[in-house]
Amino acid sequence: MQRIGLFVCHCGSNIAATVDVKKVTEIMAMEPSVVHSEDYQYMCSEAGQEKIIQAVKEKNLTGLVICSCSPRMHEATFRKAAQKAGLNPYMVEIANIREHCSWIHKDIEEATEKAVILARAAVAKVNLNTPLKPGESLVTKRALVIGGGIAGIQTALDIADAGYEVDIVEKTPSIGGRMSQLDKTFPTLDCSACILTPKMVEASAHEKINIYTYSEVEKVSGFVGDFTVDIRKKARYVDMNKCTGCGACMEKCPSKKNLSEFNRGLGNRPAIYTPFAQAIPNVPVIDTEACIKFKTGKCGLCSKICAAGAVDYEQKDEIISQKYGAIVVATGFDTINLDKYDEYAYSQSKDVITSLELERVMNAAGPTKGHLERLSDGKHPKEIVFIQCVGSRCSDDRGKPYCSKICCMYTAKHAMLIRDKYPDVNVTVFYIDVRTPGKNFDEFYRRAVEQYGVNYIKGQVGKVIPQPDGKLLVQGSDLLDNKQILKEADMVVLATAIEPNPDVRKIATMLTASIDTNNFLTEAHAKLRPVESPTAGIFLSGVCQGPKDIPETVAQAGAAAVKAIGLLAKDKLMTNPCTAQSDILLCNGCSACANVCPYGAISYEDKEVNDHGIRETRRVAVVNSALCQGCGACTVTCPSGAMDLLGFSNRQLISEVDAICL
Amino acid sequence: MQELVTRAKALLADGTVSRVLGWKNGDMSFNPEPSFFETEESLAEFVYDGFCGANLSKYMIEAGKRDGKTLVFLKPCDTYSFNQLLTEHRVDREKAYIIGVGCRGKLDIEKIKKAGIKGILKIEGADAELNDETLKIKTIYGDSEIAYKDAMLERCHVCKGKEHMIYDEVIGESQDTCDKERFAEVSKIEAMSPDEKFEFFKAELSKCIRCNACRNVCPACSCRKCVFDSTKFDASKKANTTSFEEKMFHIIRAFHVAGRCTDCGECSRVCPEGIPLHLFNRKFIKDINELYGDYQAGAEVNQRGPLTNFTFDDAEPSIVKERG
Amino acid sequence: MSIERNDQFRPKIVAFCCNWCSYAGADLAGSSRLSYPADVKIIRVPCSCRVNPMFILRAFEKGADGVILCGCHPGDCHYSTGNYYARRRMTLLFSMLDYLGIERDRVRVEWVSAAEGVKFSTTMNEFVDSVKALGKNVRLGDLRCKN
Repeated sequence: MQRIGLFVCHCGSNIAATVDVKKVTEIMAMEPSVVHSEDYQYMCSEAGQEKIIQAVKEKNLTGLVICSCSPRMHEATFRKAAQKAGLNPYMVEIANIREHCSWIHKDIEEATEKAVILARAAVAKVNLNTPLKPGESLVTKRALVIGGGIAGIQTALDIADAGYEVDIVEKTPSIGGRMSQLDKTFPTLDCSACILTPKMVEASAHEKINIYTYSEVEKVSGFVGDFTVDIRKKARYVDMNKCTGCGACMEKCPSKKNLSEFNRGLGNRPAIYTPFAQAIPNVPVIDTEACIKFKTGKCGLCSKICAAGAVDYEQKDEIISQKYGAIVVATGFDTINLDKYDEYAYSQSKDVITSLELERVMNAAGPTKGHLERLSDGKHPKEIVFIQCVGSRCSDDRGKPYCSKICCMYTAKHAMLIRDKYPDVNVTVFYIDVRTPGKNFDEFYRRAVEQYGVNYIKGQVGKVIPQPDGKLLVQGSDLLDNKQILKEADMVVLATAIEPNPDVRKIATMLTASIDTNNFLTEAHAKLRPVESPTAGIFLSGVCQGPKDIPETVAQAGAAAVKAIGLLAKDKLMTNPCTAQSDILLCNGCSACANVCPYGAISYEDKEVNDHGIRETRRVAVVNSALCQGCGACTVTCPSGAMDLLGFSNRQLISEVDAICL
Repeated sequence: MQELVTRAKALLADGTVSRVLGWKNGDMSFNPEPSFFETEESLAEFVYDGFCGANLSKYMIEAGKRDGKTLVFLKPCDTYSFNQLLTEHRVDREKAYIIGVGCRGKLDIEKIKKAGIKGILKIEGADAELNDETLKIKTIYGDSEIAYKDAMLERCHVCKGKEHMIYDEVIGESQDTCDKERFAEVSKIEAMSPDEKFEFFKAELSKCIRCNACRNVCPACSCRKCVFDSTKFDASKKANTTSFEEKMFHIIRAFHVAGRCTDCGECSRVCPEGIPLHLFNRKFIKDINELYGDYQAGAEVNQRGPLTNFTFDDAEPSIVKERG
Repeated sequence: MSIERNDQFRPKIVAFCCNWCSYAGADLAGSSRLSYPADVKIIRVPCSCRVNPMFILRAFEKGADGVILCGCHPGDCHYSTGNYYARRRMTLLFSMLDYLGIERDRVRVEWVSAAEGVKFSTTMNEFVDSVKALGKNVRLGDLRCKN
């Protein structure tokens, strides 16, 4: 049994006015295991804490109960006092007799009775408390950023500028991401490449940043501060060290008619290629499915033409294993597949395009060299219809329930740019709502309407019907005028919903980072910890967490970097000692606990056990206390009671229940 | 049955398995019991007939700790239990050679007795292979008869189907004997008033003698040490100082197997007091099916159980009150 | 030690509150001086998912007349998923109790955020009233139902 010291705080009159503190002190003094009971004006004061320290020393106390305000207020204070007195800080329990008692009850007798019961529950719990010690784990001072778009680049730059090593892993042959595909950016109409390219160059030149392009994360193990990650560096078939980026190979490659991913399939690229002119690194890769040498064994022109001798058909994938303290996910987005939206004739007509495709069409380096033209016949369009919310804010399972957030603004941008460059083109936008929250956003949209005469129609488009003459008949409704609209258009642009990069699911599983039903990564707290995953050491940057525009992405990328820096700046991590613990003799090894653990903190090991003389090897649960955050989900799932939570054990909680119901 | 013995002998002889887990006759022909057979000769005692209701899956936990493979005979419904145990890493697939045995419904001696047939000497027509529709029963009072169907275990009337969910080979034909709505009994209780419900369960549970037969036979109750036998939930550090476990036994047991219970019905079969214990488990199954979508524990290996899973828009607990 | 005035029934109510939302909500109710009956005693747990159905049954066996579990709103769990598991467990437990003929109003789950002091107080007032209306818990004292 513990030797418990119990202290009743008056909190001035906050407690003492409603709770008879003297009576509580007297009654509690008679409790078995309570060897010291006293009351004082302000327990949290220096003098109050001194009383605790004195009592611990004089009466050789092993546990403390403080009847005072909420533990959320002063638990830390009293734990420190306990520590000063030489007690383990976790041998302290608080009976909350202020917020949960004196402040809400008026009747002194009732409040006093309740205070005694709360004190008894705390005593019952302390009797079962055990000294706990926060663990320590070392921090590897290196960060991994998964994804090399603007989010990943910004995060990497910010972390690197703080002096830490950062690796960027990018799946495609170049960093740059979606932003590199954009023509202009709202609401300032900067040229996207003009603001992105310097960032890309800065990242590649930064001495603390190491970029793995054409690479993917293959395996993640470990935990916060100490992750081990295997990265697959796919064979480029071009030696990064030898290649000078002259581009001769791309010019000479005879296999030219391969759809360019960068141009969203609207243009072609050779089999040996860099995705775009400003690619970083400026080292091509060979698409083995398109390459004649790989397909037939003949050709080899690129190798012959390469003065540097960089082309290497024998190159193999390489696995790089690296340790990291923090991991930032910046996997970005893609537009949704439009197969389920056949009413818009996307698959039937080349002149129905997505907004991202329009970005490429409008771009001087794009498939039409920046000339606005119909992709079917190259003719200059006179009527363009934009359809908003294609797959966004969708109530059925064809699309996404959320708002993609960026479409209203980029559509205003497209409409404005077209009207500015081609005043002869009429632009109509069908919308459900126009959403423009953001600095200078609504002003921007209004310019499109007022200054550029873009025709906004509130209503949805039911069908787009390609006509024999090549025109597109758009059937829509005008909700404000309550009428049906039939409109002939030369081009239709679909504001296609965005969705997290499909790879994120795989990555989230590897990281044991939770994702929501829309495959967006979940934040540790929606409001208060928006750039952290609930899994410690995993941070979220950009659209992988939710739809965002560029300024928001950059801001969040910086925030994620700060959180990662905050982690990397520590040499050691103190871990929460109130973690789950498995009783090796009771564990069935059934995996139920691991299934409910949100942190991937539970693994299974074959362990040699001695169960009352029976020696055998058993599959048992092992909790990694550095990962465990102490929620206790596992303890209830465990049928045998093998899994228990330190600080909130089954017996502790039951003893509180008993004390209250007595 | 002979085919099973022949195959078992062959598998023992060629070293595929080191032992056989099956049934042998008990003190009466209608109460066979699970048994391990270590040699070909011992298989002379092997029996497989309509009274072999016992689910052998749970014995595979112990069998898995021994050297070599164990040949186990599993009826279609037993295979669900085996799969569930596999999911929970309690049995070792590598240590098991599973012969799926034919089943045309298993018999309940208590039902025969309840039909007024007493002093039973011999029962004919219970062979696993035969398709006799009637059991011919010799008693000390003379000959008697009962339809096979009328003598079937409760669980066979809500048969899960004739397919084996896991096996190495199947010997014999099975029948789907389902002729009742699985949740009819549960629905009937649900429709009662609170007082009627309480009186019903009070009458049933008062019979409990805490013999632990239900727990011992239950393939889901496979904990190395049951919470009722440990001090993990006891504030006083001493076992059995309170009657808490004693009083709440059945509800806690049902909750512990919720989402894991395959509805094999063994608990009700073995209860010496005839308490319809399956009504607890089946209530959970019915709720799970209705609230979270149809789920059959053990239908597949490594399914995620309904209590270790969730959706964002699951029903709130208040649904219990709202649905009336 | 129970005060029974005017022979009025005073129920014993155990409230399990998660540390991050509901316990803080109860603190806010306190600092906002939003009263609720003293019959309610709060036990702090890290998360609603820490509450084992056995704790609830234990409370009833020890004489509690009502048990309420409060946690973060679904989607807001500090541990992201804890309350989703709690929700399923409690739904099934409550349904089982109902099936046994136990009064439905003796158990309740309520999601209370740290900002919902008013909701905490209202919920507790309502809950105490509904338990009071049921009177003393006799059935749940012994679920094996022995007399």
